[in-house]
Amino acid sequence: MFEIRIHSRGGQGGVTAAKLLALAAFRDHKYATACPFYGAERRGAPVVSYVRIDDTPIRIYSQIKKPDLVIVLDNSVMDVVDVLHGLKPGGLVLLNGTHTKDMKGFLTYSVDLTGIALRLNLVVAGSPILNTPVIGALAKMGIVTMDSAKSAISEMFSDTRNVEAAMAAYEELVL
Amino acid sequence: MLTIATGNKAVACAVKDANPGVIAAYPITPQTEIVEQIAEYVTNGELKSMYIPVESEHSAMAACIGASITGTRTFTATSSHGLLYMHEMVNWAAGARLPIVMANVNRALGPGWNIWAEHTDSLQERDTGWLQVYVSTVQEAYDATLMAFRIAEHSDVMLPVMVNLDGFSLSHINQSLETVNIGDFIPPLHLPHAINIAEPRGYGTLTSPEEYFKFRWDIERSMRDSVRVIQETEEDFTRRFGRRYGCTDDYRCEDADVVVVSMGTLGKEAEVAVDTLRSEGIKAGSMRIRWFRPFPVLDLKGRDVVVIDRDYSFGYGGILADAIRAKCRAEPYSVIAGLGGQEVTYEDIADFVRTRKPGTEFWFGVTEHV
Repeated sequence: MFEIRIHSRGGQGGVTAAKLLALAAFRDHKYATACPFYGAERRGAPVVSYVRIDDTPIRIYSQIKKPDLVIVLDNSVMDVVDVLHGLKPGGLVLLNGTHTKDMKGFLTYSVDLTGIALRLNLVVAGSPILNTPVIGALAKMGIVTMDSAKSAISEMFSDTRNVEAAMAAYEELVL
Repeated sequence: MLTIATGNKAVACAVKDANPGVIAAYPITPQTEIVEQIAEYVTNGELKSMYIPVESEHSAMAACIGASITGTRTFTATSSHGLLYMHEMVNWAAGARLPIVMANVNRALGPGWNIWAEHTDSLQERDTGWLQVYVSTVQEAYDATLMAFRIAEHSDVMLPVMVNLDGFSLSHINQSLETVNIGDFIPPLHLPHAINIAEPRGYGTLTSPEEYFKFRWDIERSMRDSVRVIQETEEDFTRRFGRRYGCTDDYRCEDADVVVVSMGTLGKEAEVAVDTLRSEGIKAGSMRIRWFRPFPVLDLKGRDVVVIDRDYSFGYGGILADAIRAKCRAEPYSVIAGLGGQEVTYEDIADFVRTRKPGTEFWFGVTEHV
């Protein structure tokens, strides 16, 4: 089982990113579950969502304590939350944009999701949309296939710029 | 169609496929997504039901009663305080023998104000004459809701059915969902003595002591008959759509020395605990109670039983443990866990089994045995 924890702020689309990722994994013929950390969510507050991906049905409903991958959609969350908490030895980190923080030796990837969203004018209520480009980045990392990423995004969003954003993130992420 | 959806969305999809004539509901966390999704189906024309956005849950059930008594298929959904607010009407629906289907998203009762999973809300309605089923996956939420209509409306049952799903841990989780073309799986509702405006009549509901107990016995007789109807419905569901259900969901119970009995999502988590324990040489099994009313006949003889209650009856004990004690003549290790959404992992459940003390009660998170 591959377990993913997504850190973001309320309103940035972390919960939708989790759902998109689970749908893409499902389109890859895997089992997947996605859930938010169940709080009284409010705009701007640090929030967490979880994704589990496996080859067999997933029967675990409790929270992920030892993720294989941590995704940070808003780097400012790192000032208030220990995003590396519980990350497995050899675990991966994906950050939005450039970073200066020491990620304690964990293999860390970065891609400017916010820049991609702004370039394509993917902005809702003043917030750049991060949940579709991040799926492209995850496809580049091999978590899901790019075909399934595109198909999941098209199923959930009719605006084709979302697929363009995912493709841009796929191109721009350096492994 | 294959997709992914939340537990709430799955219930709404099943309601769309069952196509009720009237839906009356009031939103409450964590059920809100069900009524929002149904309202959207009605707005975009996918569902032709009359949707009544009432001012309270008491009114929601009253509206369902009024609609159902005309012979119309009827649905509502609620949670926690909403369910308790409609309590009077919940009794009335069963007493009037109206096959209403209700989804209840299990949530703790305040105070302290808490929006997370617990079963005490629906278990406070256990003596109302409603059938109660507890589900554990998004797929099961869809399948059980579809079957609920057919079971409720069967001429040998004619009682309302409550489909229970855990707040947030199931209502808000995304999992795979396969919807079906139901065809004639749910026959048209035929309600005997339905009110018909073309044939106006006067009805008096005052019932003498000589008659009243007969009506009560008739509810119980139908409850007992419902066991067969549930089985037939679940078997026909398997024939048509492939997925198999029963009054319990048993996992590696055949040769088990110790069986974990639970309801809802904890029952799935318990299966992982069973695998962990088996790898240590402990012959464990998991028995997830699906139908709490009618309560199933269970064979737990000769085994240790660990009951996990996500509920409590103050001054008495766990409500599920009580049922197991009384109906199975077992002396379980009664674990009270998961109240108000308390996190319970499969490792915790494995620990309950390893450290079990049959005949005692243990509050998870409170260190000493009580």
